[in-house]
Amino acid sequence: MPDQFYFAVEVTLNGLMAGVLYALVALGFVLIYKASGIFNYAQGVMALFAAMTLVGIMDGQVPFAHLINAMLGTHVQHFGWHVPALAAIVLTVGVMVALAWMVQRFVMRHLVNQDMIILFMATIGLAYFLEGLSDLMWGSEIKKLDIGLPQGGSFWIEDMTSSLGSDGFYGFFIDQLDIVAAVVAVLLVIGLVIFSNYTKEGRALRAVADDHQAALSVGISLNFIWVLVWSVAGFVALVAGIMWGTKSGVQFSLSLIALKALPVLMLGGFTSIPGAIVGGLIIGVGEKLFEFALGPMLGGATENWFAYVLALLFLVFRPQGLFGEKIIERV
Amino acid sequence: MLYREAGDFSTSYPEDSQTFPIKFDRYRYYLVLAFAFLVVPFIINDYWANAILLPFLIYAIAAIGLNILTGYCGQVSLGTGGFMAVGAYSCYKFMTAFPDLSMFINVILAGVVTAVVGLLFGLPSLRIKGFYLAVATLAAQFFLVWLFNRVPWFYNYSASGQISAPERDVFGIIVTGPNAPAWATYFFCLIFLTIAAFIARNLTRGSLGRTWMAIRDMDIAAEIIGVNPLKAKLTAFGISSFFIGISGALFFALYLGAVEVGEVFGISKSFLVLFMVIIGGLGSVFGSFAGAAFLVVLPVLLKLVGVDILGWPTDIVAHFQLVIVGALIILFLIVEPHGLAQLWRLAKDKLRLWPFPH
Repeated sequence: MPDQFYFAVEVTLNGLMAGVLYALVALGFVLIYKASGIFNYAQGVMALFAAMTLVGIMDGQVPFAHLINAMLGTHVQHFGWHVPALAAIVLTVGVMVALAWMVQRFVMRHLVNQDMIILFMATIGLAYFLEGLSDLMWGSEIKKLDIGLPQGGSFWIEDMTSSLGSDGFYGFFIDQLDIVAAVVAVLLVIGLVIFSNYTKEGRALRAVADDHQAALSVGISLNFIWVLVWSVAGFVALVAGIMWGTKSGVQFSLSLIALKALPVLMLGGFTSIPGAIVGGLIIGVGEKLFEFALGPMLGGATENWFAYVLALLFLVFRPQGLFGEKIIERV
Repeated sequence: MLYREAGDFSTSYPEDSQTFPIKFDRYRYYLVLAFAFLVVPFIINDYWANAILLPFLIYAIAAIGLNILTGYCGQVSLGTGGFMAVGAYSCYKFMTAFPDLSMFINVILAGVVTAVVGLLFGLPSLRIKGFYLAVATLAAQFFLVWLFNRVPWFYNYSASGQISAPERDVFGIIVTGPNAPAWATYFFCLIFLTIAAFIARNLTRGSLGRTWMAIRDMDIAAEIIGVNPLKAKLTAFGISSFFIGISGALFFALYLGAVEVGEVFGISKSFLVLFMVIIGGLGSVFGSFAGAAFLVVLPVLLKLVGVDILGWPTDIVAHFQLVIVGALIILFLIVEPHGLAQLWRLAKDKLRLWPFPH
């Protein structure tokens, strides 16, 4: 077997792992879309906000410290304590639930029955708002997030595969964090499926997704369901934020992964949880392999656009995505 | 008292179907034009030109372009930044390839090139609708920016990867480069904006504009009554990209002078122009002006209040700006989905009855 082949296999594996991370973000989109028909552009910024809040709580930062200092001329920065990771995560979930309630109370409730595209633009506004808010709260510098997840190449896999290749020494490099992310993603999907199929709230959520009015008439509270959906999406955002934040630091570019999740969704279909996973894997593998095969010829950094062009070409042939429901148009 | 149409009689069809049928509107329009053309060039200075007037004029052209596509034809586009980049880079190529060409022609040619690129990326809109299309236009945004970053031919193999505008003139008056006087650049942009607004206003009143609006309101129904969606959507993409290309060319050549594509024409530019259109009012030429003015003046004002009066650090003010813009977008969508233009319409209705409402 030529080395090129093994290298391609390694690239594919890494692409699969990256795809899992895309899928994690895409999951949050699908959840909100299924339950309320809202395409939540702010999902990526929610991941950023969640990760920043987590870091801030862990380090005992004073929220709005920068602003308070500027307004009052004080010099507060830290409370001077460190919160253990698990407690900080619980607190952050609390913050995300509060955020969900606020979004429902102040934004979405007023936009019931509006066009989809208006709702989409409202979430773009929400994304800007949250981005500014998270910078104001926690400062805009790049932060390091470490909650004790394993990182770096996996030696076990490298040893296992080191006998491959022509010179008898070629180890696959696969980041342990990616493996953790894959496991977490699988657990998350299983958890979500169980939640939506076997719990009372999950069933109510699916009922709302089917038909708002019918759900209302059997006594399901729309407000509660929407807060619930946004909370769950906030939780998924937190998980995605932890994974991405550990991988590449908590910074503004984190919110751009939302843009990466869009082609994933278009491939997989907006309404399908398995679709989000499969779409993520296709995009992850596709862009890594494309960069590997044609990147050097085209000048590199093709990852920036490959996903979008792939999704664009794909949509021309199948507008509802791989697993999406067929779009039926009536006058 | 202030705003009356009583006693305003039309005696011929051209008079009845003119752009501003109400006398007051017409005179106000002439007054604004006269002020912009005859007064401002004499009192303008570098600070006003660079901080407010030039960005306003240029963004207004871009907003008119996007408004044709999104507001009138209903095709949401997130690729505005990419199309502006096409305008900027094609203008640069024309400027360097034909040094003797008038800047006026350079900018028009840049618009034409952008229109062709826009048509190309508009083709999928025949199959893809709604926000699927919005996401598809992201492909244009990222692909175009990448292209201009990676292919050295576009920036003439310069070492920094930047493009910078050489000195070019119109009828002997320098309009680009560091030596261009403020009034000349202002005048140049103003002429383009006036022409763009004139064309847009008349196109949207005519049959083409009506086919766009039919497609926007319900595409299948429009198809059934005989609107050709291919023609309507592609003309909207082409004309919109033409204006956006012109604004990109002006943005690069007259306003900034030197451009690094990823920073200037990134995705945030697409959103900025989209916000201008939303805040100003979807489907209104006046709204494009209002939105552009609003979002150009807002940061300057915030900076004035935050940094100069309150003495806060600039980064805090920048973050506040994000919060305020985001909140405003949501507020506008909730309270007044038709934007500033609708507020203006309401104000006119009130003024009509003003001292004696019923």
